[in-house]
Amino acid sequence: MDDAKLKSIIEKHDRDPANLLAILMDIQKEERWLPKETLKALAAEMNLPLARVYALATFFAAFSLKPRGKHLCTVCMGTACHVRGAPRLVDHIQREFDVLAGNTTADMKLTLETVNCVGACALGPLVIVDGEYHGNMNAGKMDRVLKPIKQE
Amino acid sequence: MSHEDTPKGAKITFQVDGRACEGFHHESLLGALRRLGFEVPSLCFHEAVSTYGACRLCLVEVQKGRKSRITTSCNFPVTAGLQVRLDTPAVQQNRKIVFQLLLAKAPASPEVRALAAEYGVHSTPYKVSEEAKDNKCILCGLCARVCTEVVGANAIAFSGRGSHKDMVAPYDEAAEACIGCGACVEVCPTHCIGLRETPEIRTIEKWHRDLPLQKCEKCGRPFAPTFQLMTLGKRVGMKLSDFKVCNDCR
Ligand code: SF4
Ligand code: SF4
Ligand code: FES
Ligand code: FES
Repeated sequence: MDDAKLKSIIEKHDRDPANLLAILMDIQKEERWLPKETLKALAAEMNLPLARVYALATFFAAFSLKPRGKHLCTVCMGTACHVRGAPRLVDHIQREFDVLAGNTTADMKLTLETVNCVGACALGPLVIVDGEYHGNMNAGKMDRVLKPIKQE
Repeated sequence: MSHEDTPKGAKITFQVDGRACEGFHHESLLGALRRLGFEVPSLCFHEAVSTYGACRLCLVEVQKGRKSRITTSCNFPVTAGLQVRLDTPAVQQNRKIVFQLLLAKAPASPEVRALAAEYGVHSTPYKVSEEAKDNKCILCGLCARVCTEVVGANAIAFSGRGSHKDMVAPYDEAAEACIGCGACVEVCPTHCIGLRETPEIRTIEKWHRDLPLQKCEKCGRPFAPTFQLMTLGKRVGMKLSDFKVCNDCR
């Protein structure tokens, strides 16, 4: 994130350390993740200990300290989805996109994540692609859903 | 006089194992017990910093009126008429579990093992995970509290939470705000931070921080990290050049 953009986010929140959480959320909204250099610049700009910024950024699962791609694919690995073949789906996507679960493709196109139960067990195995739920998934259906992303 | 009216720090009496003892209103019960010479195991308490109640070892039974209950004593305030019992069966039972949990959390720590053994706990029924095998840190946070509240450097803090909680320098890289004072090294109950020194450089091992040492202009002996002198100097409005001589030569 460039300096001007970071400063404008800080100003928007009145440079108030009490708004640190909101500032981090805004940065993540812009960048899709929290880059190290940006957090260091933020700490320096607001005169806050980096340790404090880092502690907050790592406390919430909603923040990502690793790069996130343009698209997000989340495979449910809860018990119900697990027994219905979710691990095979993860394997399949890992191979197709050459990315390990929890990471982002080198071209920053796709982030692959796993979660434990999203509460739609009856539809398992369940995959969420850019906010859209896809139930009863298998490798073939998965390919169809991810095709537009692959061809981008 | 009701307790609400008693000023903080006023002298009061309370009872420990039936013995009348003097304390100060709202001081830490563990602090009072220590001053009075009672033995209570603890790993995360230090008089100089805020209490955190992390190790759960300082358990005692307290009774006010008719109700008796088990509590950690470090973060329990002393009040007039409080009755404290140190070694009841309930305390022993709970303390044993805490020791077992600590042994599973920091199996590589000789300090934890020795203290547990003192209280008759020699092994843990809990599973020691592969990552925990070499761990000595009990995540008591004492290092960070000292660094923030006493030293004022704010170099380290907890990261993550739950099973991902860790005490690290930001990004587990060299802690740039660390001035190498060694206070955290001193205070760590499991001695797992580590300080190494050559004539040129002091290293705080757990925070990956290397700090060149300042040599005394008179005797030539290295006496403190240059960065520490600069930082502390800045706080009191002095320049590095005011600090070039060690205490002995001054
Ligand atoms: S050695 Fe560094 S981390 Fe430890 S208390 Fe001093 S400044 Fe803080
Ligand atoms: S390094 Fe030492 S003082 Fe710091 S949290 Fe771990 S055990 Fe506690
Ligand atoms: S296990 Fe996948 S939705 Fe519940
Ligand atoms: S000393 Fe009280 S919880 Fe650690």
